[in-house]
Amino acid sequence: MTAHLTLASPEITAPAAAAAAQEAPAPTPPARPRARWWSIRGELPRRIVWTLAIAGLTAPFVLWWAWTALGLADPMFMPSPGAVLERIGRWWTSEGLLQDIGISVYRVMAGFALSALLALPLGLYIGTYRPVQALLEPLTDFIRYMPAVAFIPLVMLWVGIDEGAKILIIFIGTFFQMVLMVAEDVRRVPMAQIEAAQTMGATRAEIVRLVILPSSRPALLDTLRITCGWAWTYLVVAELVAANSGLGYAILKAQRYMHTDKIFAGILLIGLIGLLTDQAFRWLSRRAFPWRKQA
Amino acid sequence: MTAPKIGIREVGKTFVSDKREVEALQSVNLDVQPNEFITFVGASGCGKSTLLRIIAGLETLSRGEILLDGKPVDGPGVDRAMVFQHYSLYPWLTVMKNIRFCRQLKVVADTVHSEADVETAAGRADALLSLMGLTSFADAYPSQLSGGMQQRVAIARALMPKPATLLMDEPFGALDAQTREVMHDLIRHVYRLEKTTILFVTHDVEEAIYLGGRVVLMAPRPGRIDSIYEVPLPAQRNQDMKLSPEFTELKRQILARIRETSGMQTDLEQLEKLTAIAG
Repeated sequence: MTAHLTLASPEITAPAAAAAAQEAPAPTPPARPRARWWSIRGELPRRIVWTLAIAGLTAPFVLWWAWTALGLADPMFMPSPGAVLERIGRWWTSEGLLQDIGISVYRVMAGFALSALLALPLGLYIGTYRPVQALLEPLTDFIRYMPAVAFIPLVMLWVGIDEGAKILIIFIGTFFQMVLMVAEDVRRVPMAQIEAAQTMGATRAEIVRLVILPSSRPALLDTLRITCGWAWTYLVVAELVAANSGLGYAILKAQRYMHTDKIFAGILLIGLIGLLTDQAFRWLSRRAFPWRKQA
Repeated sequence: MTAPKIGIREVGKTFVSDKREVEALQSVNLDVQPNEFITFVGASGCGKSTLLRIIAGLETLSRGEILLDGKPVDGPGVDRAMVFQHYSLYPWLTVMKNIRFCRQLKVVADTVHSEADVETAAGRADALLSLMGLTSFADAYPSQLSGGMQQRVAIARALMPKPATLLMDEPFGALDAQTREVMHDLIRHVYRLEKTTILFVTHDVEEAIYLGGRVVLMAPRPGRIDSIYEVPLPAQRNQDMKLSPEFTELKRQILARIRETSGMQTDLEQLEKLTAIAG
């Protein structure tokens, strides 16, 4: 309980900081530039950005906590944050949370890695060579609109009900989107970069290897980051297929027994893991491409 | 007269867009002598950039042919390096690695036969770096450089494989006037030093006269060569010459001719009519 209260404090400092920013430049003529909150695509001091981010993340939790603490919700439908936290604790100690996380991470990552492995070269070809684009892009566009859930019966018929089936569902959910995004990233490489290499005598293979690939790397990493998030959203769908472990499966099972606290816990944990992966990708991007930073 | 370095013979180019045919170039003929510096000017749509891109091999031609040392051009090659207006540097490579980019390519690597060749290449990269005044920026990334410095890297990179011909497509178009003057003297210096043939496309008449030995004026609709002017300036040039009577007279002539050929005159008449109606 107290944890939520202390987390909420930055939210209180945010308006105070805003007020300070407004008052600061008044007295002396060579005033420091004031933070202009609402200028279009404006800049904000890092401290304020962090404060707002934390406030945005904690606000729903504070509301949720207040709602349940005031007894406005039936705990059957809306458990309190404390109850959910407690549930996570019990899940960890006696219901094998670590195994559930482990198997779910494995499924998501295997499905995601498989689609990346195939989508990267395929997207590269679609984005580089017009005939490949003409041949495969309409087909990919067509398939990506088919709901991954609808493939479950087919996947069960063709692949069975073991791990492969779950990974395949996640693959179906992410692969086709990923191909198109990779193709678009590759197409965004400036023509002048390619033509400069051509006038230095580069062959087609050299242009792909030395210009197109390195030039699109930051965009490709961004695409992987976004599609990895999508892979997580297909987890529950994948674990509809005869699973007996995993976060998605735990949520489905909790529904059957009306364990809303566990449903909440499962959803929050998936969100948290997703957020951490996303941040890891961003960190990797900053580390791997220092040249993107301005002087 | 020696055999031309580049022979442009009855070159024509037709673009097809929305089932409409646009004649970008119509029977263009020009002989470029070895170690000549030719500048191309003209109103927009006159096909000067298209012509340069055809010579580079980046664009195909619809009619005629381009002869390079007597042989027809078929695609781009290391003998015709090109400098673009912008966005051509590799932002993930440092300045030095950008300049040495061609060293990784097979055509260039095949010319390396000994340790001495490698050393020569390293020496050339260093020399180009200092020629462009970039020695202290060797390890900087392009995003850390000003626009003028970025173009100097692009020029050094194009010169690295010792191209017989240097093609420049409005390379200073995005630079401010002061930086451009510095670049003009630099490129004249490079021209005297490297003994390359330079074809330079620009929309700036003063730039065209100051840099070129000959100024080729092109006219639009259809794109064609309208007239060619010999520049009455010595090989060694300096900024003061821009104020000389010969320079200003040539500039006046060329500007007048561009106005005549651009179709802007009729536009002005239209505008007068419109304002008359409005008034």
